[in-house]
Amino acid sequence: MHKIGKQTICFDNPPSILEAASIVGPKEADGPMASYFDKCLEDEFWGEKSWEKAESKIIKETVNLVVAKSNLATSDIDYVFAGDLLNQCISSDFGLRESNIPYFGVFGACSTFTESMCIGSVFVEANGAKNVICATSSHFCSAEKQFRFPLELGTQRPPTAQWTVTGSGAVILSQTGQGPYITNITPGKIVDMGVKDANNMGAAMAPAALDTLITHFQDTGRKPSYYDAIITGDLGHVGKEILAEMAQSKGYNINSNYNDCGVLMFDKEKQDTHAGGSGCACIATVFSGYFFKQLKDKKMKRILLIATGALMNSTSMQQGESIPGIAHAISIEI
Amino acid sequence: MEFIQSIDWLQLLRCFITGGTICIIGQILLDKTKLTSARILVIFVTTGAILGGLGIYQYLIDFAGAGATVPLTGFGANLAKGAIESVKEIGLLGAFIGGVKASAGGIAAAIFFGYIASLLAKPKIKKQ
Repeated sequence: MHKIGKQTICFDNPPSILEAASIVGPKEADGPMASYFDKCLEDEFWGEKSWEKAESKIIKETVNLVVAKSNLATSDIDYVFAGDLLNQCISSDFGLRESNIPYFGVFGACSTFTESMCIGSVFVEANGAKNVICATSSHFCSAEKQFRFPLELGTQRPPTAQWTVTGSGAVILSQTGQGPYITNITPGKIVDMGVKDANNMGAAMAPAALDTLITHFQDTGRKPSYYDAIITGDLGHVGKEILAEMAQSKGYNINSNYNDCGVLMFDKEKQDTHAGGSGCACIATVFSGYFFKQLKDKKMKRILLIATGALMNSTSMQQGESIPGIAHAISIEI
Repeated sequence: MEFIQSIDWLQLLRCFITGGTICIIGQILLDKTKLTSARILVIFVTTGAILGGLGIYQYLIDFAGAGATVPLTGFGANLAKGAIESVKEIGLLGAFIGGVKASAGGIAAAIFFGYIASLLAKPKIKKQ
């Protein structure tokens, strides 16, 4: 691997995405992407006593599922990189404590999925590992409780609010395999434009996505038209529009091949999800469920995956801090 | 039949319109500002306490009955009313005692029924 441009790594022996798996909750199962997921849950608790326990179970089962689908044994997996939104990443910590795989807890808010894939692919390419798992999870109920209000309060959601996706997505990156391959990664910088509204994450994260997107094009010399699809994580309807407009004003027209997983996940009118989906699981499940299969079936050949994260916590919000955004891009090609 | 005949329909209408108007103000604040619901609740209680303290809220209660006492502004007005009455009885210390005393029934009932509800019901995801 070698570095190109300002902040992009180009892989000489690109790691292959061997397999992907996804499990989602009931709301996601009612959405337009439902048929692509491996498993749809019937209720948010999945037989557990708390939403936090349910989220841990979701990521645990997703990791088990991706290993089973790949026909590898758990002992063939060298490391797992995983993260979620709950304090100190307890969903991943508790969910994977019995997995017996060396574990890295990763936090990049909703950018964690591509962040862990960035780190994982460097491990694989550098021969530090043969196979690694990258996984993330989120849960609407546990996220609302931690970041906004307990659901028991019955608070109304404002129109710009997004809906945290319940579910988990996991991929196996491998030295062997027939692709799709991770060819380039562009880890992002923290960008803070001073947005303070926790109910408008799309606007807070869009500038970070723009920064990473433009840097990626500058570093690689590629144009937006190089990709069949440019996919952001969870900017939602509000952030998606902002990003497309800002990119246009900087001379990059992404209108024809750009979409956002938060927009794809739910039917805005029928499901009343306001500004769309969000959460670590948003891009993880939509990529693992939909885009991975599109690449495998060769319906798409090159995609740029940009997960976006809002780097705040409930204390920083209470103290009136702004919301710094981050975005990590990986290009996946066959 | 006697019960239905005894209902003051005009009073019900006044009650509905007043209570409804207070709720509409809350809804507009929720939709048009960035205020969180918790802040709106606090604004309502303090507004009620100020209006109650100035004696203005009592006119609304006389006019609309439960339409003015049930919304959170009524709770605020009740706090102020209790504090003022208590000051008259026992002096300045009443300012700290009276408000909570006057609303003790509401507070204790909220805790009691909240606890009972938490035993009987399981939290669920919201539909929208």
